[in-house]
Amino acid sequence: MENREAENKEVNDNKIIVEMKNVKKSFNQNHVLKDVNFQLNRGENLVVLGKSGTGKSVLIKCIVKLIEIDSGSLMVFNKDTLTLKEKELNEIRAKIGFLFQSGALYDSMTVRENLEFPIRRRSKTVTQDELDSSVKEVLENVGLEDTIDKMPSELSGGMRKRISLARTLILKPELMLYDEPTTGLDPITSQEISELILEVQKKYKTTSIIITHDIKCAKITSNRIMVIDGGGFIAEGTYDELKASDNELVSSFFK
Amino acid sequence: MKKDLKQRADQKEKKNTIPISEQTNSSFASFKNVFIEVAMVSLFAVRYFKEMFKPPFEFKEFLKQCYLTGYRSLALVGITGFIMGLVLTIQSTPTMAEFGAEAWIPGMVAVSIIREIGPVITALICAGKVGSGIGAELGSMKVTEQIDSMEVSGANPFKYLVVTRIMATTLMIPVLVIFSDVISLYGSYVGVNLTDKVSFTLFFSKVFESLDFIDLIPAFIKTFFFGFIIGLIGCFKGYNSNKGTEGVGQAANSAVVIASLMVFIIDMIAVQITTLFS
Ligand SMILES: Nc1ncnc2c1ncn2[C@@H]1O[C@H](COP(=O)(O)OP(=O)(O)OP(=O)(O)O)[C@@H](O)[C@H]1O
Ligand SMILES: [Mg+2]
Repeated sequence: MENREAENKEVNDNKIIVEMKNVKKSFNQNHVLKDVNFQLNRGENLVVLGKSGTGKSVLIKCIVKLIEIDSGSLMVFNKDTLTLKEKELNEIRAKIGFLFQSGALYDSMTVRENLEFPIRRRSKTVTQDELDSSVKEVLENVGLEDTIDKMPSELSGGMRKRISLARTLILKPELMLYDEPTTGLDPITSQEISELILEVQKKYKTTSIIITHDIKCAKITSNRIMVIDGGGFIAEGTYDELKASDNELVSSFFK
Repeated sequence: MKKDLKQRADQKEKKNTIPISEQTNSSFASFKNVFIEVAMVSLFAVRYFKEMFKPPFEFKEFLKQCYLTGYRSLALVGITGFIMGLVLTIQSTPTMAEFGAEAWIPGMVAVSIIREIGPVITALICAGKVGSGIGAELGSMKVTEQIDSMEVSGANPFKYLVVTRIMATTLMIPVLVIFSDVISLYGSYVGVNLTDKVSFTLFFSKVFESLDFIDLIPAFIKTFFFGFIIGLIGCFKGYNSNKGTEGVGQAANSAVVIASLMVFIIDMIAVQITTLFS
């Protein structure tokens, strides 16, 4: 009997990738996250909507421990982030892909070196052939094969965004954190990126958190949407459920 | 009219005099800030020494930084070195001639260049060129989240960016100083030959006569400290730069100012130590 319960628990634990309970985070007097609670299930695409400055970027930076939470509990892959050792933290980060809002391409490296960088860091034994084929594959995914020897400064804003997306995808992470993947792109490219996000979920069975203001992107990619405001989540549901919401703030995103 | 002006000046003076209590308060605050800054730089340096000996070593990036700090500064350091030697010689020739001591010029110039002027001027030039470059580069990497990005992709950005750069400046500035010294002496040789006819061998035999091997060592040792401090301050300012493009400018600027000041302070300490031992 007890055995069964333990087994059940394990199955459940395996289903939950990220879990936040009563998470708080302030910068001096600026209380950004006041009480954040949510679970992220394996295989789902969770879209986070929210106004500018409500702490969306802070939220996902807490997950990779670029920012440390003040209180509450934050479990990532069933590990408590507060007590992680350096080695464990690195193991967790290896399973996570992080697309920065600003792209964060390395200015001093070519596109190829940018893409090779995370692989070389993660595995010491990788051969040049393997590197080349991985680089080629992700560049094909984002449709930018001919930029391989360019510097980031020679690319347009949208191209940079797509290259940074490629750099995040190259390690085929289990958990993807997208910070505004389509902001600043034209409608056609936005749609392509949104479809790519969906494709990545299907093909590599990744779990994702997608931060966006772009409701079209939310529609295409989301299994579930959460709205953050005033330091916590105020609404949760599928795209259609939230679209029918009578909350003023929530419905304003769907206009 | 005159009275009017005087009155205004009086008023101005009144405005500028802040009550003494406030004055001491603000100077106390700035003293405290300096103290905090020094403590933070020291912690940064401690972290550097800790991480420097931990594998894996970023050898490729280190070589790249050596190339960028060393090779790319050769021309600038060479030109200034040549001019320094030349000008120093031309300036001192009339005075020395008055005493009939022209023969001492090579020795005198050599001693002042190798002991003092070569190391300090080269370090100052590098503080301007290399220090500001490091400050601006790391600062902009910080504000555009490139450093965060490195961290989540499993690289240790402190090792990859900071350790390699500080090691490169520590090793390359001494090399640049030697290069500058040699060119300076050549500049001095050219300067002597403007008024006199002195052969190359005679000039340099005079130079080596006046130089003691023991003299050269402290001058050489202090250049490592110059290099270290230039890299350290540049990296510290860039790595801790504030958000925004304004922060990048400030990082580059204060890297140059503080590194230059530190070069003089180290030079002063070095003089004290060498006189103590000789
Ligand atoms: N490292 C930091 N230090 C201090 N304050 C910070 C830091 N990072 C974020 N903040 C503050 O936290 C708040 C939330 O910032 P965050 O970047 O998470 O907003 P956001 O929801 O992502 O907005 P946007 O949609 O514009 O990207 C802001 O008020 C910001 O000033
Ligand atoms: Mg953001």
